[in-house]
Amino acid sequence: MSTGLEITATGPAGDTTGPPLATAELAVATHGLTKRFRGGQLAVNQLDMVVPRGAVYGFLGPNGSGKTTTIRMLLGLVYPTSGSHELLATAMPSGSARVLPRVGSLVEGPAFYPQLSGRANLARIDAVDATADPRTSVARVSAALERVGLLAAAKKRYRAYSLGMKQRLAIAASLLQPRELIILDEPTNGLDPQGTREVRALIREIATDGITVLVSSHLLAEVEQICSHVGVMRTGRLVFQGTLEEMRARGAARVQVRTTNPGRASGVLESLGLADIQASDGEVSAQIGEHAPETVNRALVLADVPVAGFDTPRPSLEDLFVELTGEGFDVDG
Amino acid sequence: MSTAEAPPLPGGVARAAGGAARRGVVRPWLRMLRSELGLIFRRWRNLLLLAVLVGIPVLLGIALRVSVPRGGGGGGNGLGAAFLFQVAGNGVFLAFLALTIMLTLVLPLVVAVVAGDSLAGEASAGTLRYLLVVPAGRSRLLSVKYAAIVVFSLISCLLVAASALIMGVALFPVGPVTLLSGTTVPLSEGLLRLLFVVLYVSAAMAMLGAIGLALSSLTEHPIAAIAAIMIITVASEVSDNIPQFAVVQPYLPTHWWLSFDSLLRTPIDTTELTHGLLSIGVYIVIFCSIAWAKFSNADITS
Repeated sequence: MSTGLEITATGPAGDTTGPPLATAELAVATHGLTKRFRGGQLAVNQLDMVVPRGAVYGFLGPNGSGKTTTIRMLLGLVYPTSGSHELLATAMPSGSARVLPRVGSLVEGPAFYPQLSGRANLARIDAVDATADPRTSVARVSAALERVGLLAAAKKRYRAYSLGMKQRLAIAASLLQPRELIILDEPTNGLDPQGTREVRALIREIATDGITVLVSSHLLAEVEQICSHVGVMRTGRLVFQGTLEEMRARGAARVQVRTTNPGRASGVLESLGLADIQASDGEVSAQIGEHAPETVNRALVLADVPVAGFDTPRPSLEDLFVELTGEGFDVDG
Repeated sequence: MSTAEAPPLPGGVARAAGGAARRGVVRPWLRMLRSELGLIFRRWRNLLLLAVLVGIPVLLGIALRVSVPRGGGGGGNGLGAAFLFQVAGNGVFLAFLALTIMLTLVLPLVVAVVAGDSLAGEASAGTLRYLLVVPAGRSRLLSVKYAAIVVFSLISCLLVAASALIMGVALFPVGPVTLLSGTTVPLSEGLLRLLFVVLYVSAAMAMLGAIGLALSSLTEHPIAAIAAIMIITVASEVSDNIPQFAVVQPYLPTHWWLSFDSLLRTPIDTTELTHGLLSIGVYIVIFCSIAWAKFSNADITS
C-alpha cells in the first residue's frame, strides 16, 4: 500500500501500457463499469479495464473480488449499474448480437446437458448460433473436439465426463467458430496438475493464433506462465493493470547483506540514505532505491563490514500480488 | 474441408467485423427450435409423461368396455358424464371423454413440467449462460422456448385424442356422431369437430404454458415453477366451482377450458368459444409479456 504499487488504472486508453491505444486496437475496454447487486453489495467498483488486441491478459484476484461479475458484465449476462464497455470496439450489451459470435467464453465453470453426449452438447450450442452455418456444423464440432482432445470421448455422455474433460468441452465450445477474443473464467479450477498443464498449453496455442485471451484466475502461477498482461482485482476494484514486466518493475528492489556485523552494516546503509532498513541476526536488508549495488557494496567494504553475501533481489510476483490483494490471497491453490 | 466459397483470410482471425454472415432470421430460428424440441423429446422424463398421456385413454377404454355404463342412468352430471354415456354407443366419444377428464389435472401437469423447466431448468443447470453468450439472444431464446412449449402442448393433446380414438374404434361401435344438442352428423364431420376440440384444448394448454414460461423466468428452481403452475391450475379450478366467486369466475384462467363442448352442438355457440379464445389469448399475451420483461432485464447469475 505504501509502496506506490496501488495504482488505480484510470482512463480508458490505459495509461499503464505506454502510449494510449486507439479503441480499435482494444479487445476489451470498460469505462467506470460498476455493479451493485440488489442486496446493496458493491461487486465491481468503477472498473476501467483495458485489454489490447493480441494480449494474453491475466485477470487476477482472490475469490470474491469481482472477477466473475466483471466477466458476466463483459459478456452481457449481468447488466452494469453504471459505466459502459466495448468488446472488439463494439458497444455492449447493445451490440451483443454482432460481437458475441466473435467472442468465445467459459464462464464460471463448464455447464452442459448431462444427458447428452459431448458431441450433442456442442451441436446444441451451434444450433443456437444464428451466424453458424448448419452445413459445416458437424465438421466444426469435430474440429473443436479434436482440438481439445475429446474426439475419442465425443459419444460419451457429459454426465460421465471427468472434471478435466468437462473443462475441455467448455473450451471446445468456445472454439466452435473463428474467434477474435476468448474469455476464460477460471479455466483450470478444480483440475489436477496434469489437467492444468493441458489447459495452459491450449491457451498458449490459442494465443499463438493471434486471438486475444482474457483469462481469470486466482492462481498466480497460472497467470505468470502464460500472460503478457495482468489486471489485479481486489474487493471490486482494479488495483493494478499493465504488462507483466511493468508489474515486476513495480516491485521495489532491496539490497540484502549477509554479514557477521549487522550493526555496522545498517549504519553504513543508513548513512547512504537507504530506506526501510531491517536488521536481523546475520543479515541486513534495505530498499536500494536509486543506488547502484556496486556503490553500496564498496561502501560496506570500505567501512570494514565483513560482507559474506550480497544480493539485490526483486520481490517475487507472489509478494507483489499478496501486497496488492491483501491477506487471504490464494497463491498456490 | 468444405468447398471454400471465399479464400481463407490471413491469420487466425478469419471473420471480419461485419462478417457475422446474416443467414436470415427464420431459418436459424427454426434450427434452434428443432434443437429445443430435440432436447424436450429426448428426455426420458418427458417421454414417460407422454406415455402416461397415451396410457390413460387406453385404461379408460378398457374400463368402460368391461363395465359399460347404463345409458340413461343417473349419477354424475356435467360434460364428463354426458360423454360417458355416449361412449358405449360411439367409440369416437372416448376421445372427448379422455380430453375432458385429462384436462383437469393430467394434461396441465404434463405441460407444467415442460413449461416450468424451460428457463429455470437451463438456469439451474448453468446452460442458460452458455446459450446467452453464443449469443442466442434473449428475446430469440424466449420465443423459441415458448414455441417449443406450444408444440409440446399440441402434441400432448393430439396423443391423448389419437390414443383414445384408436381405443374407441377398437372397443366400441363407430358411426355417425350424435352431438350434445341431439343432432346427428356424419362420422367425418364428427372427426373434424374432434380436431377442432383438440386445437382448442391445445390452445388452453399453450396458455398454461405461457403462465409456466413466466413463472420459469422468475426462478432458478424448475420444481418451484412446476409446483406454482399446478397450484394456479388447481386453485383456479376450485374457485371456479365455488358459487360465491361467481363475479371473478369468468376471469379465472381455467374457466373457459371446457367451453369446447360448444363445438359439439348445432349450431355451434360461438359466443362461448369466442370468450374462451379471448381469455386464452389475453392470458398468453399478458404472461408472455411478463416473461419477456423479466427475462430481457434479468441478471444471469446462475
